[in-house]
Amino acid sequence: MTELLKIEGLDVEFPTRRGTVKAARNVSLTVNPGEVVGLVGESGAGKSTIGNAIIDLLETPGRVAGGSILFQGEELRGRDEDEMRTIRGDRIGMIFQDPQTSLNPLMTIGAQLVETIEKTTGLTGADAEARAEELLAQVGITEAKARLKAYPHQFSGGMRQRVVIALALAGDPDLIIADEPTTALDVSIQAQILDLLKRLCRERNLGVIIVTHDIGVIANIADRVVVMYRGEVVETGDVAQILGAPNHEYTKSLIAAVPRADRKLERFTSVDYIEGDAKPFSRIDVQNHWLGQARSDRQAKAAVEVDNLNLSFVLQKSLLKRNRRMLQAVDDATFSVAAGETFGIVGESGSGKSTIARMIAGLYQPDSGQIRVFGEDVSTRPASATARQARRALQMIFQDPYSSLNARMRVMDIVAEPIRYHRLTGSESETRQVVSDLLDHVGLGAAAGLKYPHEFSGGQRQRISIARALASRPRILICDEPTSALDVSVQATILNLLKDLQEELGLTMIFISHDLPVIRQMCDRIAVMRHGQICEIAEAETLFEAPTHDYSRHLLDLMPRMDLLGTDRAVPA
Amino acid sequence: MSLPTDRPATRWERFKDNDIVWSFFHSPGAVIAAVVTLLMILACVFAPVLAPFDPFDPAQISLWDGKLPPAWVEGGQPQYLLGTDNQGRDMLSTILYGGRLSIIVGLAAVCLGMVLGVTLGVVSGYVGGMTDAIIMRIADVQLTIPGILLAILINGIGRAVLPLELRDDFAIYVVIVAIGLTDWPQFARVARGATLVEANKEYVQAARIIGLPRWLIMIRHIFPNTLRPVLVIATIGLALAIISEATLSFLGQGIPPTTPSLGTLIRVGNEYLFSGLWWITFFPAIALVVLVFAVNLLGDWMRDALNPKLR
Repeated sequence: MTELLKIEGLDVEFPTRRGTVKAARNVSLTVNPGEVVGLVGESGAGKSTIGNAIIDLLETPGRVAGGSILFQGEELRGRDEDEMRTIRGDRIGMIFQDPQTSLNPLMTIGAQLVETIEKTTGLTGADAEARAEELLAQVGITEAKARLKAYPHQFSGGMRQRVVIALALAGDPDLIIADEPTTALDVSIQAQILDLLKRLCRERNLGVIIVTHDIGVIANIADRVVVMYRGEVVETGDVAQILGAPNHEYTKSLIAAVPRADRKLERFTSVDYIEGDAKPFSRIDVQNHWLGQARSDRQAKAAVEVDNLNLSFVLQKSLLKRNRRMLQAVDDATFSVAAGETFGIVGESGSGKSTIARMIAGLYQPDSGQIRVFGEDVSTRPASATARQARRALQMIFQDPYSSLNARMRVMDIVAEPIRYHRLTGSESETRQVVSDLLDHVGLGAAAGLKYPHEFSGGQRQRISIARALASRPRILICDEPTSALDVSVQATILNLLKDLQEELGLTMIFISHDLPVIRQMCDRIAVMRHGQICEIAEAETLFEAPTHDYSRHLLDLMPRMDLLGTDRAVPA
Repeated sequence: MSLPTDRPATRWERFKDNDIVWSFFHSPGAVIAAVVTLLMILACVFAPVLAPFDPFDPAQISLWDGKLPPAWVEGGQPQYLLGTDNQGRDMLSTILYGGRLSIIVGLAAVCLGMVLGVTLGVVSGYVGGMTDAIIMRIADVQLTIPGILLAILINGIGRAVLPLELRDDFAIYVVIVAIGLTDWPQFARVARGATLVEANKEYVQAARIIGLPRWLIMIRHIFPNTLRPVLVIATIGLALAIISEATLSFLGQGIPPTTPSLGTLIRVGNEYLFSGLWWITFFPAIALVVLVFAVNLLGDWMRDALNPKLR
């Protein structure tokens, strides 16, 4: 027996009312025992479709239209549902993206494991329970016996994903298909999970297909890489070759778009964000342009100052104070952002970085502490007229491009809303002119104004958000994970756009991200946050080259680094 | 999602491209229900043109022609297709005019309930706190009282307040208000639920950062995005409102018998049912059942089509 899995000429189609969508075309790939194959591509590339097609779990109305899937020499196509079910549990294991939804919240971990073990191996009763305990121990869960009685909600995200892996291993499969197994997890947990998968692959001589959009994950774990683009395999090769010396143009541009962690670049290379009839990016003469008008040149050194800011959320309400459970989301945060600088806030999920941004933007009211925008205190309630005025200098760009635009308004009206409400122009015709100018400027073209948000892709929507933020003529822009919902090549275009705008308009930026390489490319100074507290504030270069706080060092160690590929350092222990 | 082309789509193209429109034309049940509803509404609206007689014109009514069976039954006369009632009015004409009244009352009552309920629901969901608690507790209390009893109560109070000589003229408005006021908590609950979802979305936060006042955010951003679930409730609510009107009239609490609605016709017929004059009750009842059934089917389809999870 040679290959564990051999896919040849696979075609997958989704017939829809607007014609047949070919999600995968002529895809061929092989997986050997003891090998991790990375299936990488951007959204819509068809990478998940391949994984689902192998185990016959395509979403309706999808179907395999051609080609063959040979698993241990047997054809998997054309099997009936009963046969597929035994293959799925016993011989091919699946790991899905979201550990929240892949476990049944009403059953204990033990019951779910025992159920799967009984179904796949025929062990029963105490034997099955012993096996469940063994599996939990194998995926690195301590005190396995006691944990069997726990429910999924008592586990953290990373622990849950370990349980999902244990479930996938229950039938002692020969192949594991992991679909974005770490996308919902923090970096430190991501590293542990990838490590676990790699170890299991080597120990049990398993074949692993890992489907991901994240080149960093590929660099960490894969032996071979299959690059997909619009349903086709564009390049297959050894991981060092694909990442180090890619042959195909698409692979090259994909790798070029990944933010580098090892040094700062002026901007991302070879990425063009101009579309439709938009004019090439041209500098605005800020003195004469509408965007530059009415800027009172206040001589404040600091754009934003935050003093001893605190905010706690109530986790459990109670009439009695001692029974209340609180979460200190932001704990005594103090920093200041100089005018014209880009200030980064980095941390894992739940570290309070977004909460700080929302307090500065006025969406949350702090429990105590002071926020000053250009020297004006904006944290008092009710907000005074001057505070409201000061806050208008501040706009925010959100993470999710799909919920940050009102689906029932035309793009034109979305962007014009702040202009119309604050009467920033003299007439309606001037408003229209300014809006089409802005849309042009973010690289969309003025015709975009007549359409509705659903007609645009994620990256394009994010540009509409940016245009809307600019329409208030802000001097401070808060970007809360502006690119974490986007594909890597689109991320590069948005980051380039933000850099261009900042330079030309002299914006102050507060840039929040969990992604260290992105932070390094964007920011002048960086604050590292953990559990609501600021651990360290340092110049970007200082932080990356010589971090002083233990936690900063820890985060930097976990960062996947493509430049160290091939050495042992590429896989964090 | 279709890729953006250079030319923005016209309204007609957007309409054709709409998934809901597409789903409508691909579900036979919905099309049939819509056609039946539309036909019945049109027939009632054009009652003065279509009906062979005018039931309000005493010159056309003759007591000698009272209680005649339908035309195909022995003793029936060809000009009275569905027979006549006890006062000698042509059943077909009376049903058309009566249906008109029922539909008008239903639509007006649903509109009243919707405006009231959605306004309170959106305010309740977006403002929150005490406002929310007070509005929703009132709704909860009202929901513990059976709707028809409440409608009878409101209707009774309404009529008692009006001077005697105006009672019959204003009876229809009193019924509309009574049914509308009974309906609103359903709308308020649905609108509040949708508001809670929408208020957490980032476009609402963006509007807050722009500095828009709360009322403008509610009207411009939240209200249009709560419309989908509200429309589903409104369709089913229309069927319920028509039934409520019929029930009120049947119980003698609604529209006076001199102005026929489907409910009053059924009531009048009920008195003669055991004398063998089945057609006075039967035909209005069939009209009511078909109308309500068709509207309900439409509502069912709409609920499925607008629910992204079922698609």
